[in-house]
Amino acid sequence: MNRIGTIDELNAIKSKASEVVNVRVDRNDNGKKDVLVCGGTGCTSSGSANIIKKLEEEIEKNGLKDKVNIIKTGCFGLCALGPIMIVYPEGTFYSKMEVDHIPEIVESHLKNGIPVKKYLYAETVQGDTIKSLNDTAFYAKQHRVALRNCGLISPENIEEYIARDGYQALHKVLTSMSQDDVIKTVLDSGLRGRGGGGFPTGKKWQLAKNLVPDADQKYVCCNADEGDPGAFMDRSVLEGDPHVVLEAMAIAGYAIGATQGYIYVRAEYPIAVERLNIAIGQAREAGMLGKNIFGTDFSFDIDLRLGAGAFVCGEETALMTSIEGNRGEPRPRPPFPAEKGLFRKPTILNNVETYANIPQIILNGADWFASMGTERSKGTKVFALGGKIHNTGLVEVPMGTTLRTVIEEIGGGIPNGKKFKAAQTGGPSGGCIPPEHLDIPIDYDNLIGIGSMMGSGGLIVMDEDNCMVDIAKFFLEFTVDESCGKCTPCRIGTKRLYEMLTKITEGKATMEDLDKLEKLCYYIKDNALCGLGQTAPNPVLSTLRYFKDEYIAHVKDKKCPAGVCKSLLSIQILPDKCKGCSLCSKKCPVGAITGEIKKPFHINQDKCIKCGVCMSNCRFGAIVKA
Amino acid sequence: MAFKKSAIPFSGTAEQEKRLKAVIAEHKNDPGALMPILQKAQDIYGYLPIEVQQMIADEMDIPMEKVYGVVTFYAQFSINPKGKYKISVCLGTACYVKGSGDIYDKLQEKLGIKGGEITSDGKFSLDACRCIGACGLAPVLTVNEDVYGRLTTDDVDKILAKYAD
Repeated sequence: MNRIGTIDELNAIKSKASEVVNVRVDRNDNGKKDVLVCGGTGCTSSGSANIIKKLEEEIEKNGLKDKVNIIKTGCFGLCALGPIMIVYPEGTFYSKMEVDHIPEIVESHLKNGIPVKKYLYAETVQGDTIKSLNDTAFYAKQHRVALRNCGLISPENIEEYIARDGYQALHKVLTSMSQDDVIKTVLDSGLRGRGGGGFPTGKKWQLAKNLVPDADQKYVCCNADEGDPGAFMDRSVLEGDPHVVLEAMAIAGYAIGATQGYIYVRAEYPIAVERLNIAIGQAREAGMLGKNIFGTDFSFDIDLRLGAGAFVCGEETALMTSIEGNRGEPRPRPPFPAEKGLFRKPTILNNVETYANIPQIILNGADWFASMGTERSKGTKVFALGGKIHNTGLVEVPMGTTLRTVIEEIGGGIPNGKKFKAAQTGGPSGGCIPPEHLDIPIDYDNLIGIGSMMGSGGLIVMDEDNCMVDIAKFFLEFTVDESCGKCTPCRIGTKRLYEMLTKITEGKATMEDLDKLEKLCYYIKDNALCGLGQTAPNPVLSTLRYFKDEYIAHVKDKKCPAGVCKSLLSIQILPDKCKGCSLCSKKCPVGAITGEIKKPFHINQDKCIKCGVCMSNCRFGAIVKA
Repeated sequence: MAFKKSAIPFSGTAEQEKRLKAVIAEHKNDPGALMPILQKAQDIYGYLPIEVQQMIADEMDIPMEKVYGVVTFYAQFSINPKGKYKISVCLGTACYVKGSGDIYDKLQEKLGIKGGEITSDGKFSLDACRCIGACGLAPVLTVNEDVYGRLTTDDVDKILAKYAD
């Protein structure tokens, strides 16, 4: 691609590429079809690469090469139904694709125009009419800002990004706005950091611009070290729309006076890394990164740095220490990064989703952004919906949407008729939200108020089969593993918390231990060095707050109500249901079950290893966990 | 300071050493070069034994303690070699609430090794990982590049059998 030097050149590419993209965006029927196949991590894991290969073969075979475009996109969001394929201009939605379905779909739909109903996502088929994916319950309540291009454009093609107003905001900023104008717009929009803390983004930029006026170098960093297990918002943006992050970082660079950016991305995200590398290459070639962008004095370039699997590197000072090539340990603040950050120079660090909002804010104005959301939390938020829920995937909703809407309407509720128990937000730094708070509008302050936090956007749903003490223990095991070891409250404190929780799940704790547990939590919160240590006790505190009865059941009654904690579990035969067939006795690997034929059998609890083989073999439902 | 050594003797080739030295020469003067160099060194050797760390320290002219400190800090760097088949079980939250802990336990039992270890024939190594991002397929495990999702403990035997050679 030639270097773009002026707005006319950018617009020329835009109008040419729009013709291609409008088959999908405006659903223009120009006789051509676009077949979009998800190439995000979720669908790639379920085999979308083979789907694309087969599609190419069949399209060639049917002589449709000039009429059908195959586009490998980023995540559509509905990961549970992957691999996903969408055919435009109709917007028909094929789910759980298999290679064997392709020949029929190509022949019937792509060649003869008749969609193959049996392979479509069931919710979109109603008698003779076929709904487009935008009308399904999963998408209808969503509002996509950060994800606006994900699953719509090819992330490996800068022209498709330009067709969607790409790099227009950068041009606007460089040619018609001062540094302070940019900062004011971001401030007025009310955008707060999407990585977890919720610090006002404009404020951060303002500090970095003004604190050290004579700095010879400043840096713009992007936190793409998405370490919260169960969260994949940032990865999906990077995989589906990498250029938006590059454009936003260049805008930030202009605003604070930086010429160099770094993206710190998890090495565990190979697809995101590959697409970022492609995008950076294309942006440099097009002159959107590098020297004298759009013919102005402004120069800016971006390098990638790969993380190496340390959760603590999501903390801002640790991340910068890691980019410097050291052990990723945090350091005390102040000085804050806006004054002394990367290589001791003024630095801003924002997360991927935060950046993904920036170009839209510049183009549409602060008021547009501030019109969405609640009083103190503006815009939208992306959540990675996972756990015990029908529609696992990625959703973007306006701030202030209730958890109930997200879980029951968009998420489709809990599978297998089970009862909702809790939603976990904020990952290892967050907490569990019980059913009584399902109707609270989601925003930064409300979540803190009920003992959780926004975090980066992981939202894990749990049902009655999950034990809340076990979940708290799970998170503490994670924190113990990931504690960097620099400060004592976190290094030793979390380990002690973990040991106490283990004691509880083994039925060896006393009520006094519960008090100690709570005290230690507050001690760690008050004394740990960095945000991760300070929030590490949150999973324990929030479960103690809302599910204390479960803790008490473990301690006093020596029972695990959810039937998860193995030490407290006993497997029993219900005498009134047992027909005395002896099958369980034959299957038991340790010979713990005895009895007479046609009379109720009995389990010797001293021998039983709680493997559950008897339960899965019993044909009468007579064996239960108790 | 005592450095932890790999149980298996180091057997790097001259060709590998040449590649490593080329990488170091190329990046040595970049700001914060150690991490990218270690990542490329692990690509070359498959792991980072003490001998490789020493070469990096010498070539970059930095203390061995610094290299060792960084290597042992990050989960992705391994002092031990990995198996021919690298099994990785996701213990991220979404997988955990759907039972990946049981799958991990079963693999440890079947392979007779703990997480982070390698079978004595060098065939399988087992690790837990925190979220590969395929939460829609939870619970998930990977064997080298292959991803297996929506698993139950009954699938473990079938998966291991695929890697019998």
